[in-house]
Amino acid sequence: MTMLLARDTAVGAATSAQRRRRVGNWSGWAFLAPVAIYLALFYAYPLYRNIDLSLRNYTVRSFVRGDAPFIGLTNYQAVLRDPTFGPALTHTIVFTAMSLVFQYSIGLALAVFFNRRFPLSVTLRALFLVPWLLPLIVSASTWSWLLNSESGVVNAGLHALGIAPVDWLTSPTWSLVSVIIANIWIGVPFNLVLLHSGLQAIPVSLYEAAALDGAGGWRRFRHITLPMLRPVTAITLLLGLIYTLKVFDIIWIMTRGGPSDSSTTFATWSYRLGFGNLLPSFGLGAAVGNLLVVTALAFGLIYLRTQRRLHSA
Amino acid sequence: MTGTGKRWHTALAVVLTGLMLFPVYWMINVSLTREQDMRKTPPDLFPLHGTLAGYQEVLGEQLPYLGTSVVVGLGTTLLTVALSAPAGYALAKLRPRGGGVLSFLLLAAQMVPGIIMAMGFYAVYLRFGLLQSVPGLIVADSTLAVPFGVLVCTAFMSGIPGELLQAARIDGAGHLRTFRSVVLPMSRNALVTVSLFAFLWSWSDFVFAATLDNGGRYEPITLGIYHYIGNNNQQWNAIMATAVVASLPAALILVLAQRFVAAGVTAGAVKE
Repeated sequence: MTMLLARDTAVGAATSAQRRRRVGNWSGWAFLAPVAIYLALFYAYPLYRNIDLSLRNYTVRSFVRGDAPFIGLTNYQAVLRDPTFGPALTHTIVFTAMSLVFQYSIGLALAVFFNRRFPLSVTLRALFLVPWLLPLIVSASTWSWLLNSESGVVNAGLHALGIAPVDWLTSPTWSLVSVIIANIWIGVPFNLVLLHSGLQAIPVSLYEAAALDGAGGWRRFRHITLPMLRPVTAITLLLGLIYTLKVFDIIWIMTRGGPSDSSTTFATWSYRLGFGNLLPSFGLGAAVGNLLVVTALAFGLIYLRTQRRLHSA
Repeated sequence: MTGTGKRWHTALAVVLTGLMLFPVYWMINVSLTREQDMRKTPPDLFPLHGTLAGYQEVLGEQLPYLGTSVVVGLGTTLLTVALSAPAGYALAKLRPRGGGVLSFLLLAAQMVPGIIMAMGFYAVYLRFGLLQSVPGLIVADSTLAVPFGVLVCTAFMSGIPGELLQAARIDGAGHLRTFRSVVLPMSRNALVTVSLFAFLWSWSDFVFAATLDNGGRYEPITLGIYHYIGNNNQQWNAIMATAVVASLPAALILVLAQRFVAAGVTAGAVKE
């Protein structure tokens, strides 16, 4: 891939550039200034406002006037004691874990399958990208209709197999499963592309040597593919984790976190607190959101460390 | 592999792709289905009595939304490229002190969930009167793409040989000149990748639109679909027709710029 190549040359160029580092200081910052100001204005400031929101007692009126009283960590305590906290935590973990497991295993199976050369392989692999490129609202509303209780094609298919219809989106038992299925569908292409590029980097000679030693397909997969793919696996899973924690659109559009919180995650809960009710509770919403930020950033740091280790290795 | 083996492989691959894309097919099928056939059991697998009524509805009601999405998408793309390209050049070639910290902050910024950014933006925009405005939405949408843009530009521009830049310097070109006449033309591929994804992400954005632009004069197509689902959930052919139209940029990009897409996906995972 172009980017992989570009990076490899970059590593070589970096060492010689290091010596000349001081020279570019002024002009360098002149080119960086727009992005630095942008980061401060449109990342740091909204995030700061978000922390501020979570530490104050906001009503609609004080939100507009900006004079809400400081109440410390009261919002966080209220969130922890809220009856929604337990279910939201469980659902976030289940949603993330199930999505990752299936996205990765299906993505890996497809990557191995498409790693062979056969007619149309490139075109068909490209078509697999479609779910990942579609706007989430398109995917989510399409899945809503596919899974519709009365008129959905999924229940029609089950009926043809002699299975009773399932209330995918309207029963508390199935709503979380439904949004997980839709999210797996959206995430498979991403896993496929990354793992496929990882497979391409494994030298063919390894497989040839193993085949000479009489190792069958499964053993070659277990003892060559999986270990050689470990770095790419780590990156794929960690990135997937960060992306999946963020998922909001799909769940909100398909079930709005319901029925009765059965598919509520931290992301949808935060949105509902801040924007979903007639009387918004921005403070509580921001508090839930900040818990999510801390989790995402924690895994983000693990991701960066992993990547640095892989690079220096 | 033998010839027959390859043929079997292709056959299996076609079946798998068909399964994966079935929801997309279904979206198109439903968009062409007549109102009275919508709740038939079992549903028609093919649009035998195809109708364009859903698409007429789109033309009648959704054009303003589509127009807004195009404007917001182009604005986001311009802003993203204008910020990413110089930053990429600085981080790749000029490497000023503190640049590493900035790249780290950009990476961290990418990990902040959109819904949290939306809440912060809401509070800020409320104060500065930017709610329900197109420029406000463009700025918010650009936060989806700028970290990625800087990353791709940095990775790509690192690959430009230093000798070329030095030659330009010896010829008397300043940094700005070198950037404009050497670096930018050579980075065309990176700029195309960044532009495509910036447009696509802004076009697809729902979170910022729903929080910052809901009820505004100019709403993007994602809100158009969302209102549709909320208001008249009987007209699924119109909803799905809108969804098909909203998917067109993604389809176009896949057909016309496939290699950029694959490069973009991998670039997301390749960071220094």
